[in-house]
Amino acid sequence: MSSVRPTNAAPTGLKPLVFLLCLLPLGLLIWRGFEAGLGANPVETLEHATGDWALRLLLLTLCATPLRQLSGWSWPLRLRRMLGLYTFFYASVHMALYFTLDLELDFYMLGNEVLKRPYLSVGFLAWALLIPLALTSTDRMIRRLGRRWKSLHRSVYVIGVLAVLHYLWLVKADVREPLLYGAILIVLLGWRAWRERRDRKGGRRSQAVRTV
Amino acid sequence: MLIRRPSDLRPSEITSPELFHGRRRFLQGALAAGAAAAFGLPAVASAGEKLPNVVKSPYRVDEPLTPYDAVPEYNNFYELGTGKDDPQRNAARLKPKPWTVEIAGACEQPGRVGFDDLIAGLALEERVYRHRCVEAWSMVVPWVGVPLGQVLAKYKPLSSAKYVAFTTLMDPQQFPGQRLPVLEWPYREGLRMDEALHPLTILAVGVYGEVLPNQNGAPLRLVVPWKYGFKGIKSIVKIEFVEHEPRTSWNLAAPDEYGFYANVNPAVDHPRWSQKRERRIGDWLKRDTLAFNGYGEQVASLYSGMDLRKSF
Ligand code: HEM
Repeated sequence: MSSVRPTNAAPTGLKPLVFLLCLLPLGLLIWRGFEAGLGANPVETLEHATGDWALRLLLLTLCATPLRQLSGWSWPLRLRRMLGLYTFFYASVHMALYFTLDLELDFYMLGNEVLKRPYLSVGFLAWALLIPLALTSTDRMIRRLGRRWKSLHRSVYVIGVLAVLHYLWLVKADVREPLLYGAILIVLLGWRAWRERRDRKGGRRSQAVRTV
Repeated sequence: MLIRRPSDLRPSEITSPELFHGRRRFLQGALAAGAAAAFGLPAVASAGEKLPNVVKSPYRVDEPLTPYDAVPEYNNFYELGTGKDDPQRNAARLKPKPWTVEIAGACEQPGRVGFDDLIAGLALEERVYRHRCVEAWSMVVPWVGVPLGQVLAKYKPLSSAKYVAFTTLMDPQQFPGQRLPVLEWPYREGLRMDEALHPLTILAVGVYGEVLPNQNGAPLRLVVPWKYGFKGIKSIVKIEFVEHEPRTSWNLAAPDEYGFYANVNPAVDHPRWSQKRERRIGDWLKRDTLAFNGYGEQVASLYSGMDLRKSF
């Protein structure tokens, strides 16, 4: 982690730039809301756009580690927390839109719907599982949790699967888009599984060599 | 219940189409329409042409019309793409003129009929109907059309004709969506004979007093206001009188989600979402969905004795 290669430093201004880029989808929606219009069904436009961006940001978050491993650069990891928090932000706005505009803040209905509709059950679970990750994303919590932080944050893989299922189960017939996101998720998780297997095997081999 | 008998309905509460014409409409007057099409602007296709001699039918609901632009801009027509705005974008591919409809099956006068002949001799009526999509959104649409029953009568159905089956044009050149196996093409729909003959059931050829935009199912589509929108098959090329309940596209795709009857029913949920409420296009919040989309007084008797939970 503490190598002093120059690639370790994030390109100057990268963090603020990504911060602003992540705000862009929301900004665009607000601008459209006031100026250009949100289409014939603004509520659907808002709910879908925020859901789409929550999922895209989640997948981008999951790109950080592979990118770091492939390139040797460490700056992707420095963006990871921000991307993760933005995932939670967009998912929360998404959820809040649904809860206010579709359910008119009726908690009973929310419970009812979430329990009754599988696509909402998995969506809600994905969102709920993001909460502890967001709460433990501070430097202090990372330090305090130590090794447990890593195992806790592995739940993001489950969140990814739940989010793709959420999308897959809500479309009527055209499953191309959820399947595309699903394929990206499989590549990102498959990469990790493959690395882990390779490392475990490699580890065993090097141990064997040592014992000889 | 908000159902009103036709006699209760005031003759015209309809806002003049001009009020609903946005800037885009303005630009599309006469010559501008041609120019716009030539420059590849999103065309409302051959629509925009005023339909002559339209009679205002007493079958009209007393609710604000959905904004003029929303009807051609927001709809499902998977043959032109599965996104809500795809149909408008791809509309120019469809060539609704000339158009021929095959009349087939159990009737005295089967044959191939040109579009004009099909509706010849029938008065074009404007019907303002609620339109409820199975996806829980709804509109209020001023259709222009002719009662389906009067069209069917021309071809003299036999007593063995118990159902009517409809088929959409199959042509992946005009309908690029048919290249994808999203549904089993061509799109098919059907009605029981008494539903087909019901005075509320129409074949629409226009909307807002104008020729039907391609993306809304030009040149003619079915409108059955007490059923979910997917029953309203578009760009019809075949009407067949049959003895048995015909298979229908969404029912073939997911029989547990889309029934043959598909009557609007807030008491029977779609297995994946609730049908209790709906969002009227233009509203922020949802409203309650009405049984038979508010047409229960006129049509509930068609289904007396049936278990609508099973025959959904
Ligand atoms: C990590 C959490 C979540 C992610 C990544 C996510 C993602 C998505 C995506 C990608 C869509 C489809 C957008 C489109 O069609 O373009 C969607 C739709 C939707 N989501 Fe979520 N979602 C999440 C959580 C939730 C939660 C907690 C709820 C509510 C309890 C919810 C309710 C909905 C609804 C109602 C729709 C629209 C369904 C429709 O229009 O038929 N989602 N979501």
